[in-house]
Amino acid sequence: MTSTPLATYQPDQRGLALIGGEATDANLRRYLHGIPGIDAVGLEARAADLGTRSIKTSSKRWAIDTIIGLIDLTTLEGADTPGKVRSLVAKALVPDPGDPGCPRVAAVCVYGDMVGAAVTALGSAHAAGGTAGGEVQRVRVAAVATAFPSGRASLAIKLADVRDAVAAGADEIDMVIDRGAFLAGRFGQVYDEIVAVKDACRRADGSMAHLKVILETGELNTYDNVRRASWLAILAGGDFIKTSTGKVAPAATLPVTLSMLEVVRDWHRLTGVRIGVKPAGGIRTSKDAIKYLVTVAETVGEEWLTPHLFRFGASSLLNDVLLQRQKMTTGHYSGPDYVTID
Amino acid sequence: MNRLAIPKTYKLYIGGKFPRSESGRVYEVLSHKGDFLANAAKGSRKDARDAVVAARSALPGWAGATAYNRGQVLYRIAELLEGRRVQFIDEIESSEGVNAAAASAQVDEAIDRWVWYAGWADKYVQVTGNANPVSGPFFNLSVPEPTGVVAIIAPQGRESLLGLVSAIAPALVAGNTVVVVANENAPLSAISLGEVLATSDVPGGVVNIVTGSPAEIAPWLASHADVNALDLIGAGDLDWVELQISAADTLKRVLLPEAGADAAAPALNRILAFTELKTVWHTKAVL
Repeated sequence: MTSTPLATYQPDQRGLALIGGEATDANLRRYLHGIPGIDAVGLEARAADLGTRSIKTSSKRWAIDTIIGLIDLTTLEGADTPGKVRSLVAKALVPDPGDPGCPRVAAVCVYGDMVGAAVTALGSAHAAGGTAGGEVQRVRVAAVATAFPSGRASLAIKLADVRDAVAAGADEIDMVIDRGAFLAGRFGQVYDEIVAVKDACRRADGSMAHLKVILETGELNTYDNVRRASWLAILAGGDFIKTSTGKVAPAATLPVTLSMLEVVRDWHRLTGVRIGVKPAGGIRTSKDAIKYLVTVAETVGEEWLTPHLFRFGASSLLNDVLLQRQKMTTGHYSGPDYVTID
Repeated sequence: MNRLAIPKTYKLYIGGKFPRSESGRVYEVLSHKGDFLANAAKGSRKDARDAVVAARSALPGWAGATAYNRGQVLYRIAELLEGRRVQFIDEIESSEGVNAAAASAQVDEAIDRWVWYAGWADKYVQVTGNANPVSGPFFNLSVPEPTGVVAIIAPQGRESLLGLVSAIAPALVAGNTVVVVANENAPLSAISLGEVLATSDVPGGVVNIVTGSPAEIAPWLASHADVNALDLIGAGDLDWVELQISAADTLKRVLLPEAGADAAAPALNRILAFTELKTVWHTKAVL
């Protein structure tokens, strides 16, 4: 490895500098298999330990509002309609109609063909790819692409999928990696696909849609594979690494997210670049979500708790968080009749 | 040689399982003479909250079961109670300080009351529903339906088993699910009933039993937005007016405390107290 600090390289050259050559299967395999293995027992014990922190009263109130601001409110069903997307957007903008002080979610996450409907429904509240406006929090539109959730399509179709979504106004693209190629050891192919998708995220005006790379950890079988896939995704230029599609069990778990956060931390130490993490699927309660906040804060630092660096991919989580929020506001337990039905 | 006594530490009955109290607390259950009988879990507001969640998720299945099936399930409980007579009599004797004959009579009456209420399951709709006469070519039908999740403060006095049965059985008949705060000083009947229910055909979550202090738990149930009705039958010693006021915030049905020998006497009205009348119109088909 070279002794030149990685931070001095151009962003798209850092990955290649680190693996010491072209992104071939052999080079990537040598690098990824050279990463130290994960102590699975230690990782799970650490994650379980992070889950025991007691978060109460004012800290809990802060945590709950932070969680809402980090949610990618998601609908990824075959039965999605523009009407359903409109109601999702309405909920994203005003999560709790009974409390105007309730923050908005970070983004709505939909299938590519629903991006137009989401952008229209958001109207002036759409972040439009820019940073959040000063006066009100704006909401971004994320689209899943690249033959989500299986990723089983030709590269040309995947790229067309991405370009379509970007052209329709998506601010963020959630791509899936080719798990088959990854598990077969064809790391070069996975790398090249991510690079190509990243390139397809370029808008007509030259700006880029954010790229989230879904590892689908439920299909990667081992923590070592999760760590390798995380490195691979970051080396190839992903802005975010995301655990799961939500269509495969197990989806996001705390140990898996912890191991991904460790990769993000190491990358930040090497290059000074902050990569985002998005656990998705299976996080349904505020209690679980708070465990994730603790894990982020204690692994990479509290500065990661912004929508640019951490997201929850969830649909039912928001309602549970709202129930908790109502409980803290009114002093008595609330019920599902007091939040909207998804 | 004497055997070592095995002091028991009981747990709650929530969602068909026996969890410890979330708070980790227990309290001593004493006999009428003040001797140690067992440890019972001292439930907290969070246990009550978990119980409500369990009751809510069990509601569609229980309310949606056929009336005939609900009757069978309730009758099966009476059968199991009969099989555990000796245990119930023993517990009632030691905790209430009554003689074997009185304890036995109480268990008999509790079992009879289960059977009586079980029989109503597929009859109360016929008796209280109605085909209303209207001035047009329509069927107009009124039928009672379960209110939903019912929180019950069990009777706190003597006759711990009979009081408990008298409170929960009528709520179950119509298809409601129940969260009951047990008799604080004599919870053994409630705990054993939980064990009976766990081995009966009652789906988990239909009956949830929280032992502990009603004074501590009742306000949280009364103000809980996901509880549809509140039976204060055993809340006579609590500030039940306050409970009624906080129940009004979320429009709960409320039954007031009862005391005396005929408290919670078996009656059709106790079943109807936790039902809602649904009226539907339907055209009379002319050809």
